[in-house]
Amino acid sequence: MSPWRLAWRRLRVNRAAVAGGVLAGLIALATIAAPLLAPADPLAQPDPVGLQNLPPGAGHLLGTDGFSRDVLSRTLYGARVSLAVGLLAALLAVLVGGGVGFAAGLSRPAVDRLLMRGVDVALALPRVFLLLAVFALWEGVPLAAVILLIAGTGWFESSRLVRAHVRSLRDSDFVAAARALGAGRAGVARHLLPHVGATLIVCATLDIGNIILLEAGLSYLGLGVQPPTPTWGNMILEGKDLLFAAPWIALAPGLALLFTVVAFNLLGDGLRDALDPRRAR
Amino acid sequence: MLGFLARRLALAALTVLAVVTITFALVHLAPGEPMLGNAERMRADSATIARQRARFGLDRPIATQFAFYLANLARGELGESFVRHRPVALVLGEALPNTLLLGAVALAASFLLGVAIGSVQAARRGTWVDGVLSIGSLACYSTPSFWLGLVLLLVFGQQLGWLPVAGMTDPAAPEHVGPLGRALDVLRHLLLPAATLALVNAGAIARFERGALVDALGAEFVRTARAKGLSPAAVLVKHAGRSALAPVLTLAGLSVPALLTGSVLVESVFGWPGMGRVTYEAIFARDYNVVTAAAMIAGILVALGSLLADLAVARADPRQRPDA
Amino acid sequence: MTGSATPATPATPPGREARVPLLELRDLRVTFPVAGGVARAVDGLDLLVEAGETVGLVGESGCGKSVTALAILRLVGPDGHIAHGSSVRLEGRDLLALPGKEMRAVRGNHVALVFQEPLSALNPVLRIGAQIAEAVRAHESVTRATARWRAIEMLTMVGLPEAERRARQYPHQLSGGMRQRVMIAMALVCRPKLLIADEPTTALDVTIQAEILELLAELQRKLGMAVLLITHNLGLVAETTQRVAVMYGGQIVEEAATEALFARAAHPYTEGLLAAVPRLDEPRERLRVIPGQVPPATSWPAGCRFHPRCPYAWERCRTEAPPLLEAAPGHRARCWLVEEPARRTRADAPPGEKP
Repeated sequence: MSPWRLAWRRLRVNRAAVAGGVLAGLIALATIAAPLLAPADPLAQPDPVGLQNLPPGAGHLLGTDGFSRDVLSRTLYGARVSLAVGLLAALLAVLVGGGVGFAAGLSRPAVDRLLMRGVDVALALPRVFLLLAVFALWEGVPLAAVILLIAGTGWFESSRLVRAHVRSLRDSDFVAAARALGAGRAGVARHLLPHVGATLIVCATLDIGNIILLEAGLSYLGLGVQPPTPTWGNMILEGKDLLFAAPWIALAPGLALLFTVVAFNLLGDGLRDALDPRRAR
Repeated sequence: MLGFLARRLALAALTVLAVVTITFALVHLAPGEPMLGNAERMRADSATIARQRARFGLDRPIATQFAFYLANLARGELGESFVRHRPVALVLGEALPNTLLLGAVALAASFLLGVAIGSVQAARRGTWVDGVLSIGSLACYSTPSFWLGLVLLLVFGQQLGWLPVAGMTDPAAPEHVGPLGRALDVLRHLLLPAATLALVNAGAIARFERGALVDALGAEFVRTARAKGLSPAAVLVKHAGRSALAPVLTLAGLSVPALLTGSVLVESVFGWPGMGRVTYEAIFARDYNVVTAAAMIAGILVALGSLLADLAVARADPRQRPDA
Repeated sequence: MTGSATPATPATPPGREARVPLLELRDLRVTFPVAGGVARAVDGLDLLVEAGETVGLVGESGCGKSVTALAILRLVGPDGHIAHGSSVRLEGRDLLALPGKEMRAVRGNHVALVFQEPLSALNPVLRIGAQIAEAVRAHESVTRATARWRAIEMLTMVGLPEAERRARQYPHQLSGGMRQRVMIAMALVCRPKLLIADEPTTALDVTIQAEILELLAELQRKLGMAVLLITHNLGLVAETTQRVAVMYGGQIVEEAATEALFARAAHPYTEGLLAAVPRLDEPRERLRVIPGQVPPATSWPAGCRFHPRCPYAWERCRTEAPPLLEAAPGHRARCWLVEEPARRTRADAPPGEKP
């Protein structure tokens, strides 16, 4: 049986991971199907005076916000920004990080050292501070730029992991064997790729949650995707001022965030244990 | 040991320089005009603005400005805040201790809490206690700190009314409370923001501690300790715990950036007068000098965190002492 | 399975029946859950150790000898399970029935263990003096200073030079031989009645091996404890033990006084082991090996567990598991050859001999 099949088997019997995967899948589905599921237009303000701050009830399952908008609908649509940023930025980050790590791991020592020193310095940069500065200085950053910036400042860790993995594999017997059979650098790389793939998948999955939290945090500070487009972060920001009067406005998107991040983290933990069973406990 | 320290300090200095350079470039290249104090801005004509720009040297090429900035920095000069018209050192000097207080308390609390939770989990691994705590620490770790802050505010500040909802001191406090009373007042205000930061960070530390402990419990020297007749608690704390300490200390040191990030958000939730708020306002006001200096301080704190972690690890694990 | 139902009791030296032995294992069974079943690592083991004597427990890796050592101190957990019906008696006291606290009072105090690999068996982050003193304080209410003094005294006794300075060092700062001396000091600091040494010299250089064995023998003379020496090396056993038990497939397959065993092995497995020992006195053209490997503990073969590797095996061996049979007074073997010695002559080649 191939290692991937074995990993799949181990993943399937891991209840927490399955729960995380199912939850993440449901959240993704609900996000795609938001127009079908949402009871109202997330931007519609039917009666900003008469229908504002309604508590959860029959008409509005999660209540309405200060502008009489339906909180459930906004929460559903708000997932779009979170998931788009989380999934795409995580993917981009591991691709870049994996590429750099892979290159460093296979390069000459001088190149490797240069790359990794750079990564060391980059890892020590206060990432959030820089993102905050960029987002605040260039107001109204478009979604694509948000994704690119988060990915561009988030690939250092995975490059280190991949490099370490490549290094450890490079000294292993099967690579020596491939070399002995005349494999060049490209040939060795082809042998290593499937192994490193596992590391990358785990990295990416565990990163999704962190990136979603990061985006939400910036959004909560009023940065990134701007209102009226709902994001979980800016919804919580708007709910903050009404926290004591209408707590549901801030609670609903917060719980959505919590469940989403928990789901991806459970899935990531499960993948890690399944793909690297020695680490599973 | 000295060589190691020198290398680490050199790397830290390089990093801080990189932070300063990047931030300087960012703020100066970004669109927007520094608001040279709101009052002037309102009735400023172009001549006034030009005069102000000239006063702060903003009319010169950016490379020149940067050279001046570095030269000043080398003399320990951080410049003046455009908005507050006060030395940056004073502006940040007021905010930094507040952030350090919040961060240090949160770091210490999260470390103790995380290690305790992780230890209980490792001792009871596979039981329902382990399961519940696993979910709990994962939830803490997956919670947005600013939202957790709001929830705690709602519950303990408003619903129960036990703790103050904002600020660092009670402005209505009588003058005669004395130093102890003032300290208690700060402590009451500190409790919620520190708990918010600590809970989130403790989740990460607990997850890590559990893993490190379970690894250590499988080690042969733990079997030796059991064979000596030590109690399970002594085996867990003294043998497994000691050897799991080094990786967890590293994690604690590396969580400084996360705490700084968290403090920006949490300070805004609780109105805590720290670096996060000052920086945030300074960025929006294009207060170049404050932003750059704040970035530098953040860079120094991060470097310091990882350096302290390394030193602590060297203490905890004799094999990792540079001179060993 | 029938092996454990044997009427034969473990060998007791003649004239000592009335006394309670120091250590008595009866029908010890230890299982581990593994992927695809249950590994019966120790499967019906009987063994006696008298006070002050040195017994060798010999077998290939995977035969269950280390698990036996751990099971005596109930250290096979959390995965291992000592089956119901097993009995481990120390001076008549059933260790398996002791509450945890009393069991801990036995570990390191009455029965101590020395492990194979001292580098991983010592805690890397604690000073060696502290690790030894800790053993003292676990069992005796003495002050820190006294425990420390005892540790240094013990380090001196095991021949560690500059014991006082060494006590402040960490394991990685010592050589392999010194580390094993530390392990021995730690094991003996509470003057146990029984020392279980699990491959104590395997991880060491050959020259150091002899030193450590000599040290063990000398300490045994001084302190008067019994030693259960676990090894795969029959040569080691010949020099240091009075009795030998040979283990195969989780069971004892032969047990005898050391001299008797070396003079006339009754079990074909022991014969094979003996043939595999390099001998200086009897130059041979080539060392023999026992063909095949120890079968996995999840599926012991039916009948005699050794029969797939045995050169003499016949039909009976494949179907009927032999009990421990008395080959001579005090000499038992789990082999049908004891009952049908004629079968041995049919194949004159000991195991492993090339035809």
